[in-house]
Amino acid sequence: MSRPLIIDWTACEGRGLCADLLPELIGQDKWGYPQSRSGRTVLVPPELERPARKAVHLCPRLALRLEADAKTRVTG
Amino acid sequence: MTMTAMTPAQGLRMPPDGPRLFAAPNPSLAAHFATYGAIPDVTPAQLLEQVHRSGLTGRGGAGFPTATKLAAVSGKAIVVANGAEGEPASRKDVELLRRAPHLVLDGVEVAARIIGAEQAYVYLRPEVIPVVQQALAERTGGLRITVEAAAEGFVSGQETAVVSRLNSGPALPRFSRYRIFQRGVGGKATLVQNVETLAHLALIARYGGLWFTTAGTADSTGTFLTTVGSSVWEVNHGMTLRQLLTSATGQPAEEWQAVLVGGYHGTWLPLPAALDAPLSREGLELYGTRLGAGVLIPLPSTACGLEFTASIAGYLAAQSAKQCGPCQFGLPELARNLHALAEGRGGTEVIRQTAGLVEGRGACHHPDGTTRMIRSALKVFADDVRLHQHGRCLARIAEPYGGAR
Ligand code: SF4
Ligand code: SF4
Repeated sequence: MSRPLIIDWTACEGRGLCADLLPELIGQDKWGYPQSRSGRTVLVPPELERPARKAVHLCPRLALRLEADAKTRVTG
Repeated sequence: MTMTAMTPAQGLRMPPDGPRLFAAPNPSLAAHFATYGAIPDVTPAQLLEQVHRSGLTGRGGAGFPTATKLAAVSGKAIVVANGAEGEPASRKDVELLRRAPHLVLDGVEVAARIIGAEQAYVYLRPEVIPVVQQALAERTGGLRITVEAAAEGFVSGQETAVVSRLNSGPALPRFSRYRIFQRGVGGKATLVQNVETLAHLALIARYGGLWFTTAGTADSTGTFLTTVGSSVWEVNHGMTLRQLLTSATGQPAEEWQAVLVGGYHGTWLPLPAALDAPLSREGLELYGTRLGAGVLIPLPSTACGLEFTASIAGYLAAQSAKQCGPCQFGLPELARNLHALAEGRGGTEVIRQTAGLVEGRGACHHPDGTTRMIRSALKVFADDVRLHQHGRCLARIAEPYGGAR
Protein backbone atom coordinates (compact mmCIF):
# COMPACT_ATOMS: atom_id res chain seq x y z
CA MET A 1 0.00 0.00 0.00
CA SER A 2 1.51 3.30 -1.06
CA ARG A 3 1.52 6.18 1.39
CA PRO A 4 1.17 9.81 0.29
CA LEU A 5 4.04 12.14 1.16
CA ILE A 6 2.47 15.52 1.83
CA ILE A 7 4.39 18.76 1.29
CA ASP A 8 3.56 21.84 3.34
CA TRP A 9 4.15 24.42 0.62
CA THR A 10 4.04 27.28 3.09
CA ALA A 11 7.09 25.85 4.87
CA CYS A 12 9.16 24.31 2.08
CA GLU A 13 12.06 26.44 0.92
CA GLY A 14 13.01 24.27 -1.99
CA ARG A 15 16.53 23.36 -1.05
CA GLY A 16 15.98 19.94 -2.53
CA LEU A 17 17.18 17.69 0.26
CA CYS A 18 14.13 15.49 -0.24
CA ALA A 19 14.93 15.18 -3.94
CA ASP A 20 18.41 13.95 -3.00
CA LEU A 21 17.06 11.39 -0.55
CA LEU A 22 14.20 10.18 -2.73
CA PRO A 23 15.36 10.63 -6.32
CA GLU A 24 13.06 7.81 -7.44
CA LEU A 25 9.97 9.81 -6.48
CA ILE A 26 10.96 13.46 -6.27
CA GLY A 27 12.62 15.76 -8.74
CA GLN A 28 12.99 19.53 -8.61
CA ASP A 29 11.14 22.11 -10.67
CA LYS A 30 12.97 24.99 -12.29
CA TRP A 31 12.72 27.01 -9.08
CA GLY A 32 14.14 24.18 -6.97
CA TYR A 33 10.91 23.04 -5.34
CA PRO A 34 10.19 19.33 -5.00
CA GLN A 35 8.15 17.90 -7.85
CA SER A 36 6.51 14.49 -7.91
CA ARG A 37 7.78 12.35 -10.75
CA SER A 38 4.37 10.67 -11.08
CA GLY A 39 1.69 13.32 -11.29
CA ARG A 40 0.51 15.46 -8.41
CA THR A 41 0.94 13.57 -5.16
CA VAL A 42 4.13 11.83 -4.12
CA LEU A 43 3.13 8.22 -3.43
CA VAL A 44 5.64 6.21 -1.41
CA PRO A 45 5.65 2.43 -2.04
CA PRO A 46 6.63 0.22 0.93
CA GLU A 47 10.16 -0.42 -0.36
CA LEU A 48 10.91 3.33 -0.27
CA GLU A 49 9.41 4.04 3.14
CA ARG A 50 12.82 4.11 4.83
CA PRO A 51 14.31 6.91 2.74
CA ALA A 52 10.94 8.69 2.82
CA ARG A 53 10.97 8.68 6.63
CA LYS A 54 14.50 9.95 6.54
CA ALA A 55 13.42 12.85 4.32
CA VAL A 56 10.60 13.64 6.74
CA HIS A 57 13.04 13.78 9.64
CA LEU A 58 15.81 15.63 7.85
CA CYS A 59 13.74 18.25 6.01
CA PRO A 60 15.16 21.48 7.47
CA ARG A 61 11.73 23.13 7.34
CA LEU A 62 9.69 20.22 8.73
CA ALA A 63 7.64 20.51 5.58
CA LEU A 64 7.10 16.82 4.90
CA ARG A 65 4.61 14.40 6.35
CA LEU A 66 4.05 10.75 5.52
CA GLU A 67 0.36 9.89 5.65
CA ALA A 68 -0.93 6.52 6.78
CA ASP A 69 -2.64 5.88 3.47
CA ALA A 70 -4.66 7.74 0.90
CA LYS A 71 -7.97 7.11 2.64
CA THR A 72 -7.25 8.26 6.18
CA ARG A 73 -6.20 11.73 5.02
CA VAL A 74 -9.35 13.44 6.21
CA THR A 75 -11.17 12.00 9.16
CA GLY A 76 -14.31 13.17 10.90
CA MET B 1 -39.42 52.00 16.88
CA THR B 2 -40.86 49.88 19.67
CA MET B 3 -39.72 46.48 20.77
CA THR B 4 -43.23 45.06 20.68
CA ALA B 5 -43.29 45.39 16.93
CA MET B 6 -40.42 42.94 16.68
CA THR B 7 -41.13 40.16 19.11
CA PRO B 8 -41.19 36.65 17.77
CA ALA B 9 -44.81 36.47 18.90
CA GLN B 10 -45.56 38.22 15.64
CA GLY B 11 -45.35 34.81 14.06
CA LEU B 12 -44.52 33.68 10.59
CA ARG B 13 -45.17 35.78 7.51
CA MET B 14 -45.90 34.37 4.10
CA PRO B 15 -42.73 33.91 2.07
CA PRO B 16 -42.03 36.87 -0.17
CA ASP B 17 -43.03 36.75 -3.81
CA GLY B 18 -40.21 37.62 -6.19
CA PRO B 19 -36.91 38.57 -4.61
CA ARG B 20 -36.19 36.59 -1.47
CA LEU B 21 -33.10 38.13 0.05
CA PHE B 22 -33.88 41.62 -1.16
CA ALA B 23 -37.55 41.64 -0.12
CA ALA B 24 -37.36 44.02 2.85
CA PRO B 25 -37.80 47.75 2.14
CA ASN B 26 -34.96 48.78 4.46
CA PRO B 27 -32.31 47.17 6.70
CA SER B 28 -34.11 47.78 10.03
CA LEU B 29 -35.26 44.99 12.34
CA ALA B 30 -38.85 46.25 12.09
CA ALA B 31 -38.82 45.97 8.30
CA HIS B 32 -37.14 42.58 8.59
CA PHE B 33 -39.85 41.18 10.86
CA ALA B 34 -42.63 42.82 8.88
CA THR B 35 -41.30 41.14 5.74
CA TYR B 36 -40.28 37.72 6.98
CA GLY B 37 -41.79 37.22 10.44
CA ALA B 38 -40.03 35.25 13.14
CA ILE B 39 -38.21 31.94 12.95
CA PRO B 40 -40.43 29.13 14.23
CA ASP B 41 -39.22 27.28 17.28
CA VAL B 42 -38.17 23.89 15.94
CA THR B 43 -35.46 21.46 16.96
CA PRO B 44 -31.93 21.48 15.52
CA ALA B 45 -32.59 18.09 13.91
CA GLN B 46 -35.71 19.43 12.18
CA LEU B 47 -33.79 22.45 10.95
CA LEU B 48 -31.00 20.30 9.56
CA GLU B 49 -33.57 18.11 7.82
CA GLN B 50 -35.03 21.19 6.09
CA VAL B 51 -31.58 22.37 4.99
CA HIS B 52 -30.97 18.92 3.60
CA ARG B 53 -34.21 19.04 1.67
CA SER B 54 -33.52 22.53 0.36
CA GLY B 55 -30.41 21.45 -1.54
CA LEU B 56 -28.73 24.71 -0.46
CA THR B 57 -25.10 24.98 -1.50
CA GLY B 58 -22.40 27.39 -0.34
CA ARG B 59 -22.43 30.76 -2.09
CA GLY B 60 -18.87 31.77 -1.34
CA GLY B 61 -17.48 30.00 -4.38
CA ALA B 62 -16.94 26.33 -3.64
CA GLY B 63 -20.63 25.37 -3.90
CA PHE B 64 -20.41 22.69 -1.22
CA PRO B 65 -23.73 21.30 0.13
CA THR B 66 -24.56 23.27 3.26
CA ALA B 67 -26.31 20.41 5.05
CA THR B 68 -23.19 18.23 4.75
CA LYS B 69 -21.02 21.02 6.13
CA LEU B 70 -23.40 21.61 9.05
CA ALA B 71 -23.50 17.91 9.85
CA ALA B 72 -19.68 17.68 9.93
CA VAL B 73 -19.35 20.10 12.85
CA SER B 74 -20.17 19.17 16.41
CA GLY B 75 -19.28 19.82 20.02
CA LYS B 76 -18.61 23.30 21.39
CA ALA B 77 -18.34 24.71 17.92
CA ILE B 78 -17.93 28.21 16.51
CA VAL B 79 -19.85 29.79 13.64
CA VAL B 80 -18.10 32.24 11.36
CA ALA B 81 -20.04 34.32 8.84
CA ASN B 82 -17.64 35.05 6.03
CA GLY B 83 -18.17 38.41 4.36
CA ALA B 84 -14.54 39.03 3.37
CA GLU B 85 -15.45 39.13 -0.33
CA GLY B 86 -11.82 39.37 -1.42
CA GLU B 87 -12.77 39.09 -5.09
CA PRO B 88 -12.53 42.65 -6.42
CA ALA B 89 -15.21 42.02 -9.06
CA SER B 90 -17.75 40.89 -6.45
CA ARG B 91 -20.07 43.25 -4.59
CA LYS B 92 -22.90 40.91 -3.63
CA ASP B 93 -21.94 40.25 -0.02
CA VAL B 94 -21.50 43.93 0.73
CA GLU B 95 -24.82 44.69 -0.95
CA LEU B 96 -26.59 41.93 0.99
CA LEU B 97 -25.20 43.10 4.32
CA ARG B 98 -26.24 46.67 3.56
CA ARG B 99 -29.77 45.73 2.61
CA ALA B 100 -30.53 42.70 4.78
CA PRO B 101 -28.13 42.47 7.73
CA HIS B 102 -30.78 40.78 9.90
CA LEU B 103 -31.21 37.96 7.44
CA VAL B 104 -27.49 37.19 7.71
CA LEU B 105 -27.56 37.47 11.51
CA ASP B 106 -30.63 35.20 11.62
CA GLY B 107 -28.68 32.73 9.53
CA VAL B 108 -25.80 32.85 12.01
CA GLU B 109 -28.25 32.03 14.82
CA VAL B 110 -29.86 29.22 12.84
CA ALA B 111 -26.47 27.69 12.02
CA ALA B 112 -25.45 28.01 15.68
CA ARG B 113 -28.66 26.32 16.76
CA ILE B 114 -28.10 23.44 14.35
CA ILE B 115 -24.52 22.73 15.39
CA GLY B 116 -24.92 23.72 19.04
CA ALA B 117 -22.56 26.70 18.95
CA GLU B 118 -22.57 29.36 21.63
CA GLN B 119 -20.21 31.74 19.96
CA ALA B 120 -20.06 33.33 16.53
CA TYR B 121 -18.02 35.77 14.50
CA VAL B 122 -19.03 37.92 11.59
CA TYR B 123 -16.01 38.65 9.43
CA LEU B 124 -16.76 41.75 7.39
CA ARG B 125 -15.40 44.26 4.98
CA PRO B 126 -14.86 47.52 6.90
CA GLU B 127 -17.50 49.46 4.94
CA VAL B 128 -20.36 47.28 6.19
CA ILE B 129 -19.31 47.09 9.83
CA PRO B 130 -21.44 50.12 10.88
CA VAL B 131 -24.65 48.73 9.40
CA VAL B 132 -24.08 45.30 10.97
CA GLN B 133 -23.23 46.81 14.33
CA GLN B 134 -26.42 48.83 14.22
CA ALA B 135 -28.36 45.68 13.36
CA LEU B 136 -26.74 43.82 16.26
CA ALA B 137 -27.72 46.64 18.63
CA GLU B 138 -31.36 46.21 17.59
CA ARG B 139 -31.40 42.50 18.41
CA THR B 140 -31.65 40.56 21.59
CA GLY B 141 -30.59 36.98 21.95
CA GLY B 142 -28.33 34.51 23.65
CA LEU B 143 -25.70 33.98 21.01
CA ARG B 144 -22.45 35.90 21.44
CA ILE B 145 -21.68 37.49 18.06
CA THR B 146 -18.37 39.30 17.59
CA VAL B 147 -17.71 41.59 14.65
CA GLU B 148 -14.25 41.37 13.07
CA ALA B 149 -12.85 43.45 10.24
CA ALA B 150 -11.72 41.36 7.28
CA ALA B 151 -8.23 41.89 5.97
CA GLU B 152 -7.72 43.22 2.48
CA GLY B 153 -6.60 40.87 -0.23
CA PHE B 154 -7.86 38.30 -2.68
CA VAL B 155 -7.01 35.26 -0.55
CA SER B 156 -8.07 36.76 2.81
CA GLY B 157 -11.51 35.15 2.48
CA GLN B 158 -10.17 31.60 2.10
CA GLU B 159 -11.50 29.63 5.04
CA THR B 160 -8.11 28.85 6.56
CA ALA B 161 -7.08 32.51 6.20
CA VAL B 162 -10.24 33.65 8.00
CA VAL B 163 -9.61 31.22 10.84
CA SER B 164 -5.96 32.28 11.06
CA ARG B 165 -7.00 35.92 11.33
CA LEU B 166 -9.60 35.19 14.01
CA ASN B 167 -6.85 33.38 15.90
CA SER B 168 -4.86 36.65 15.79
CA GLY B 169 -2.59 35.33 13.05
CA PRO B 170 -2.03 36.74 9.58
CA ALA B 171 -4.98 36.61 7.16
CA LEU B 172 -3.20 34.04 5.01
CA PRO B 173 -4.16 30.51 4.02
CA ARG B 174 -2.69 27.99 6.44
CA PHE B 175 -1.51 24.46 6.13
CA SER B 176 -2.77 22.18 8.87
CA ARG B 177 -3.14 18.48 9.40
CA TYR B 178 -6.66 19.19 10.64
CA ARG B 179 -9.58 20.55 8.73
CA ILE B 180 -11.21 23.60 10.25
CA PHE B 181 -14.42 21.73 10.94
CA GLN B 182 -12.25 19.65 13.26
CA ARG B 183 -10.03 22.42 14.69
CA GLY B 184 -10.53 26.03 13.74
CA VAL B 185 -11.01 29.18 15.80
CA GLY B 186 -9.45 28.73 19.23
CA GLY B 187 -8.81 25.09 18.35
CA LYS B 188 -12.56 24.40 18.33
CA ALA B 189 -14.60 22.84 15.58
CA THR B 190 -15.54 25.72 13.28
CA LEU B 191 -18.17 26.28 10.63
CA VAL B 192 -17.30 28.99 8.11
CA GLN B 193 -20.20 29.99 5.88
CA ASN B 194 -20.51 32.74 3.34
CA VAL B 195 -22.96 35.47 4.42
CA GLU B 196 -25.30 34.82 1.48
CA THR B 197 -25.51 31.14 2.36
CA LEU B 198 -26.51 32.13 5.90
CA ALA B 199 -29.20 34.50 4.60
CA HIS B 200 -30.74 31.65 2.59
CA LEU B 201 -30.50 29.48 5.69
CA ALA B 202 -32.56 32.07 7.61
CA LEU B 203 -35.33 31.73 5.04
CA ILE B 204 -35.20 27.93 4.94
CA ALA B 205 -35.63 27.94 8.72
CA ARG B 206 -38.84 29.92 8.23
CA TYR B 207 -40.43 28.48 5.11
CA GLY B 208 -38.84 25.05 4.82
CA GLY B 209 -36.64 23.17 2.41
CA LEU B 210 -39.40 22.41 -0.05
CA TRP B 211 -40.30 26.09 -0.38
CA PHE B 212 -36.65 26.81 -1.14
CA THR B 213 -36.75 24.49 -4.14
CA THR B 214 -39.69 26.34 -5.71
CA ALA B 215 -37.14 28.69 -7.27
CA GLY B 216 -34.25 27.50 -9.39
CA THR B 217 -33.66 24.17 -11.10
CA ALA B 218 -33.63 20.58 -9.85
CA ASP B 219 -29.87 20.56 -9.31
CA SER B 220 -29.39 24.23 -8.42
CA THR B 221 -32.14 25.21 -6.05
CA GLY B 222 -33.22 28.67 -4.98
CA THR B 223 -32.06 32.09 -6.01
CA PHE B 224 -28.51 33.42 -6.02
CA LEU B 225 -26.85 36.80 -5.88
CA THR B 226 -24.78 37.81 -8.84
CA THR B 227 -22.51 40.73 -9.55
CA VAL B 228 -22.65 41.70 -13.22
CA GLY B 229 -20.18 44.43 -14.00
CA SER B 230 -20.82 46.74 -11.06
CA SER B 231 -24.41 45.89 -10.19
CA VAL B 232 -25.83 43.17 -7.92
CA TRP B 233 -28.90 41.10 -8.77
CA GLU B 234 -30.88 38.35 -7.12
CA VAL B 235 -31.91 35.85 -9.79
CA ASN B 236 -33.29 32.34 -10.09
CA HIS B 237 -30.89 29.57 -10.93
CA GLY B 238 -31.58 28.44 -14.48
CA MET B 239 -31.95 31.91 -15.97
CA THR B 240 -29.91 32.09 -19.18
CA LEU B 241 -26.78 34.18 -19.62
CA ARG B 242 -28.60 36.12 -22.33
CA GLN B 243 -31.46 37.09 -20.01
CA LEU B 244 -29.14 38.12 -17.22
CA LEU B 245 -26.65 40.04 -19.35
CA THR B 246 -29.31 41.96 -21.25
CA SER B 247 -31.36 42.92 -18.21
CA ALA B 248 -28.35 43.68 -16.02
CA THR B 249 -26.43 45.75 -18.56
CA GLY B 250 -29.30 47.19 -20.56
CA GLN B 251 -27.36 46.39 -23.72
CA PRO B 252 -28.04 43.82 -26.43
CA ALA B 253 -26.18 40.57 -25.85
CA GLU B 254 -24.38 41.03 -29.18
CA GLU B 255 -22.28 43.77 -27.57
CA TRP B 256 -20.21 41.16 -25.75
CA GLN B 257 -17.52 38.89 -27.15
CA ALA B 258 -17.00 36.79 -24.03
CA VAL B 259 -17.90 36.59 -20.35
CA LEU B 260 -15.77 35.57 -17.40
CA VAL B 261 -18.01 33.39 -15.23
CA GLY B 262 -17.08 32.89 -11.57
CA GLY B 263 -14.79 35.88 -11.17
CA TYR B 264 -11.01 36.10 -11.43
CA HIS B 265 -10.70 32.40 -10.63
CA GLY B 266 -13.45 31.62 -13.11
CA THR B 267 -13.73 30.49 -16.70
CA TRP B 268 -14.04 32.49 -19.90
CA LEU B 269 -17.05 31.56 -22.04
CA PRO B 270 -17.29 32.62 -25.68
CA LEU B 271 -20.21 34.78 -26.75
CA PRO B 272 -22.56 34.60 -28.48
CA ALA B 273 -21.94 30.80 -28.47
CA ALA B 274 -22.73 30.43 -24.75
CA LEU B 275 -25.55 32.97 -24.55
CA ASP B 276 -28.21 30.33 -23.98
CA ALA B 277 -26.34 28.58 -21.20
CA PRO B 278 -28.60 28.28 -18.15
CA LEU B 279 -27.01 29.62 -14.96
CA SER B 280 -27.13 26.38 -12.99
CA ARG B 281 -24.70 23.64 -12.11
CA GLU B 282 -25.87 21.37 -14.92
CA GLY B 283 -26.21 24.18 -17.44
CA LEU B 284 -22.70 25.46 -16.88
CA GLU B 285 -21.12 22.03 -16.57
CA LEU B 286 -21.52 21.70 -20.35
CA TYR B 287 -19.22 24.68 -20.66
CA GLY B 288 -16.80 23.38 -18.05
CA THR B 289 -17.53 26.06 -15.51
CA ARG B 290 -19.45 26.91 -12.35
CA LEU B 291 -21.07 30.00 -10.94
CA GLY B 292 -18.62 30.27 -8.05
CA ALA B 293 -19.55 33.35 -6.06
CA GLY B 294 -21.81 34.57 -8.86
CA VAL B 295 -19.47 37.05 -10.52
CA LEU B 296 -19.97 37.71 -14.24
CA ILE B 297 -17.58 39.98 -16.10
CA PRO B 298 -18.77 40.64 -19.66
CA LEU B 299 -16.08 41.67 -22.13
CA PRO B 300 -17.22 44.17 -24.79
CA SER B 301 -16.31 43.35 -28.37
CA THR B 302 -14.17 46.48 -28.44
CA ALA B 303 -11.84 45.21 -25.69
CA CYS B 304 -8.92 42.83 -26.03
CA GLY B 305 -9.44 39.58 -24.14
CA LEU B 306 -5.73 38.84 -24.01
CA GLU B 307 -4.82 42.21 -22.57
CA PHE B 308 -7.58 41.94 -20.01
CA THR B 309 -6.56 38.39 -19.07
CA ALA B 310 -2.95 39.52 -18.69
CA SER B 311 -3.98 42.32 -16.36
CA ILE B 312 -6.10 39.98 -14.23
CA ALA B 313 -3.18 37.54 -14.09
CA GLY B 314 -0.93 40.40 -12.98
CA TYR B 315 -3.36 41.26 -10.22
CA LEU B 316 -3.64 37.62 -9.11
CA ALA B 317 0.16 37.24 -9.10
CA ALA B 318 0.42 40.29 -6.85
CA GLN B 319 -2.22 38.74 -4.56
CA SER B 320 -0.23 35.55 -4.04
CA ALA B 321 0.44 35.30 -0.34
CA LYS B 322 4.00 34.39 -1.36
CA GLN B 323 4.16 31.57 1.12
CA CYS B 324 4.44 28.74 -1.37
CA GLY B 325 7.29 28.69 -3.87
CA PRO B 326 5.48 27.54 -7.02
CA CYS B 327 2.76 30.17 -6.47
CA GLN B 328 5.22 32.91 -5.55
CA PHE B 329 7.42 32.37 -8.62
CA GLY B 330 5.00 30.80 -11.07
CA LEU B 331 2.17 33.34 -10.99
CA PRO B 332 4.34 36.38 -11.85
CA GLU B 333 5.90 34.33 -14.62
CA LEU B 334 2.46 33.50 -16.00
CA ALA B 335 1.49 37.17 -15.89
CA ARG B 336 4.70 38.21 -17.69
CA ASN B 337 4.20 35.63 -20.40
CA LEU B 338 0.58 36.69 -20.88
CA HIS B 339 1.60 40.32 -21.24
CA ALA B 340 4.17 39.24 -23.81
CA LEU B 341 1.51 37.28 -25.66
CA ALA B 342 -0.82 40.28 -25.68
CA GLU B 343 2.00 42.39 -27.09
CA GLY B 344 2.60 39.93 -29.89
CA ARG B 345 5.76 38.43 -28.40
CA GLY B 346 5.98 34.83 -27.24
CA GLY B 347 3.57 31.95 -27.54
CA THR B 348 1.12 29.91 -25.53
CA GLU B 349 3.22 26.79 -24.95
CA VAL B 350 5.39 28.41 -22.27
CA ILE B 351 2.22 29.59 -20.52
CA ARG B 352 0.73 26.09 -20.47
CA GLN B 353 4.00 24.68 -19.14
CA THR B 354 4.21 27.15 -16.26
CA ALA B 355 0.53 26.59 -15.52
CA GLY B 356 1.29 22.89 -15.12
CA LEU B 357 4.07 23.74 -12.66
CA VAL B 358 1.84 25.65 -10.24
CA GLU B 359 -1.33 23.56 -10.30
CA GLY B 360 -1.97 21.60 -7.10
CA ARG B 361 1.25 22.93 -5.57
CA GLY B 362 0.13 25.44 -2.98
CA ALA B 363 -1.53 25.60 0.42
CA CYS B 364 -4.68 27.02 -1.13
CA HIS B 365 -6.48 27.00 -4.48
CA HIS B 366 -5.08 30.33 -5.64
CA PRO B 367 -2.70 28.77 -8.17
CA ASP B 368 -5.40 26.40 -9.50
CA GLY B 369 -8.00 29.13 -9.80
CA THR B 370 -5.55 31.37 -11.60
CA THR B 371 -4.56 28.75 -14.17
CA ARG B 372 -8.17 27.78 -14.75
CA MET B 373 -8.92 31.35 -15.80
CA ILE B 374 -5.77 31.55 -17.95
CA ARG B 375 -6.26 28.22 -19.70
CA SER B 376 -9.84 29.15 -20.59
CA ALA B 377 -8.62 32.47 -22.01
CA LEU B 378 -6.17 30.69 -24.30
CA LYS B 379 -9.04 28.60 -25.59
CA VAL B 380 -11.69 31.32 -25.94
CA PHE B 381 -9.34 33.93 -27.37
CA ALA B 382 -7.50 31.48 -29.64
CA ASP B 383 -8.21 33.56 -32.76
CA ASP B 384 -6.84 36.61 -31.03
CA VAL B 385 -3.70 34.69 -30.06
CA ARG B 386 -3.06 34.00 -33.75
CA LEU B 387 -3.74 37.60 -34.77
CA HIS B 388 -1.52 39.00 -32.04
CA GLN B 389 1.33 36.91 -33.34
CA HIS B 390 1.00 38.92 -36.54
CA GLY B 391 0.85 42.21 -34.70
CA ARG B 392 -2.92 42.56 -34.96
CA CYS B 393 -5.86 42.37 -32.58
CA LEU B 394 -9.55 41.49 -32.89
CA ALA B 395 -10.54 44.37 -30.64
CA ARG B 396 -8.96 46.90 -33.02
CA ILE B 397 -10.81 45.42 -35.96
CA ALA B 398 -14.06 45.76 -34.04
CA GLU B 399 -13.49 49.43 -33.18
CA PRO B 400 -16.14 51.48 -34.98
CA TYR B 401 -13.57 53.69 -36.69
CA GLY B 402 -10.98 50.98 -37.06
CA GLY B 403 -8.68 53.26 -35.15
CA ALA B 404 -5.86 52.71 -32.75
CA ARG B 405 -6.70 52.83 -29.07
S1 SF4 C 1 13.65 18.92 2.09
FE1 SF4 C 1 11.91 20.07 2.89
S2 SF4 C 1 12.40 22.22 2.50
FE2 SF4 C 1 13.80 20.99 1.28
S3 SF4 C 1 12.81 20.87 -0.73
FE3 SF4 C 1 12.20 19.05 0.41
S4 SF4 C 1 10.29 19.63 1.42
FE4 SF4 C 1 11.25 21.52 0.74
S1 SF4 D 1 -0.88 28.91 -2.85
FE1 SF4 D 1 -0.25 31.04 -3.17
S2 SF4 D 1 -1.92 32.25 -2.33
FE2 SF4 D 1 -2.21 30.16 -1.56
S3 SF4 D 1 -1.17 30.14 0.41
FE3 SF4 D 1 0.34 29.48 -1.09
S4 SF4 D 1 1.41 31.35 -1.72
FE4 SF4 D 1 -0.48 31.96 -0.67
